[in-house]
Amino acid sequence: MAYLIPEDYYYSKDHEWAQVDENIVTVGITEFAQDQLGEIVYVELPEEGQKVTQNQPFGVIESVKAVSDLFAPVSGTVIEVNMGLSDDPSILNDDPVNQGWLVRIEMDTEKELANLMRAPDYKKLIQA
Amino acid sequence: MQGLTRLACNCSLISDSEENVKKTALCHEHEKLGAKMVEFAGWLMPIQYKGLREEHDNVRKNVGLFDVSHMGEVRVKGPKSLETLEWLTTNLVSKLQTGEAHYSLLPNDQGGLVDDIIVYCVTPNEDYLVCVNASNKDKDFEWMKKNNRGAQITDESDLWGQIAIQGPKALKLCDLVFGFPVSEMKSFTIHHTNFKGFKAIIATTGYTGEKGCEVFIETKGSADLWQTLLEKGQDLGVQAIGLGARDTLRTEMKYSLYGNEIDDQSNPYEAGLGWVIKPEKDFMGRALILKAKEQGLKRKLIGFKMLDKGIPRHGYSVVTESGEKLGIVTSGTHSPTLDEPIGIAYVDARHSATGSVIYVDIRGRKVKATVTPTPFIQKP
Repeated sequence: MAYLIPEDYYYSKDHEWAQVDENIVTVGITEFAQDQLGEIVYVELPEEGQKVTQNQPFGVIESVKAVSDLFAPVSGTVIEVNMGLSDDPSILNDDPVNQGWLVRIEMDTEKELANLMRAPDYKKLIQA
Repeated sequence: MQGLTRLACNCSLISDSEENVKKTALCHEHEKLGAKMVEFAGWLMPIQYKGLREEHDNVRKNVGLFDVSHMGEVRVKGPKSLETLEWLTTNLVSKLQTGEAHYSLLPNDQGGLVDDIIVYCVTPNEDYLVCVNASNKDKDFEWMKKNNRGAQITDESDLWGQIAIQGPKALKLCDLVFGFPVSEMKSFTIHHTNFKGFKAIIATTGYTGEKGCEVFIETKGSADLWQTLLEKGQDLGVQAIGLGARDTLRTEMKYSLYGNEIDDQSNPYEAGLGWVIKPEKDFMGRALILKAKEQGLKRKLIGFKMLDKGIPRHGYSVVTESGEKLGIVTSGTHSPTLDEPIGIAYVDARHSATGSVIYVDIRGRKVKATVTPTPFIQKP
């Protein structure tokens, strides 16, 4: 299956994406992740103002069959949460890389981006 | 998310030696259908094909095929077979006539359960087939031999493949495939037949709450039967169903899963399985099982629904509003049929009545729930 993997995003080994706009990072899960999870029925996200740490859990996503932790791709402060997901988590299956964004984080340091992958490396990871 | 890896769906890529994972005779069929494969009870099994929800709904609306070849089959034969099974199991085996079957339990000598099983009577007091859980097969077989009362007990698991055909159109499909009126068979009966020269036993049993059957077929004939069922069932909307949907289907019916609802410590009365305990006969662990009941059950297995948002999962605590522990969730999922979360839990008997308000500790959050009647869905 061909997954949509935008070239300008960063990717974590845990299958989250990060779109960087200066110091604001929009975070979501990849199409590969949603495909593996199956039908997503519940999302638990942090509140605005909450601090998150790179590679640490910041929320939970549940499909019919399993519970999975969400891991923050960068450290920083949550400044916006996608409230629409709570009412309709299926957006995460339909459009995880755009409409299905989870949170926006004001990142502490750009340096952490070096720990993430770019699209070609992420493609290799999921094809392995 | 962690732990998401592309799961192998190519049987030939997984060598027999790899972690000693066993493959059913249908492995290549799953591969052809693009199944996601996982290890389950030592077997490489399909967790899903097209998607859990679609598969689940198809079993409720049309018909689904399940590869259940990993299940174990133990043959109990000879003039002491009845005496042995009466001692080893809790249900009344002497009531079974030729071709009849019943759900039963293998109790241990501590008042708990070795397994839950189905006993099929081929010939009374001469020949019985016992279907056991894959995860317990070796343990069950050893236990049965150790406590044998003179029967010939043989592990026939390698001889049999097993395909479950479940759903409102399942029996229609079986009529077509077997050229025999399977749809006229009573529930919990068996019929010996052959399929293209392979020995087969059609049993009208299942684990979904739907009409249907489970077919034991000689291992080497199982791929042919699988293909034929898919082919002849096309117009009926047949689909292959993975273990994921198998679990949501059985949870909607509140059917026990060994390892979740019952284990070697479970009292069958607490588990709601008193209907397969026959105190009028003597059986392994009888006194301890009955004693627990006579002393009053401390906890009960109940079904519940969430009043606030959250999905209960196996192992979560059940608590009061103030946080006092009341019990534990044994199974929980988002019910595809009802499109809402459902759960099964052991709770303190004082909080087990329908309508009781309980709370589930979901990752540190106390989420309100209520005890509901089960099964969660009503089937004709």
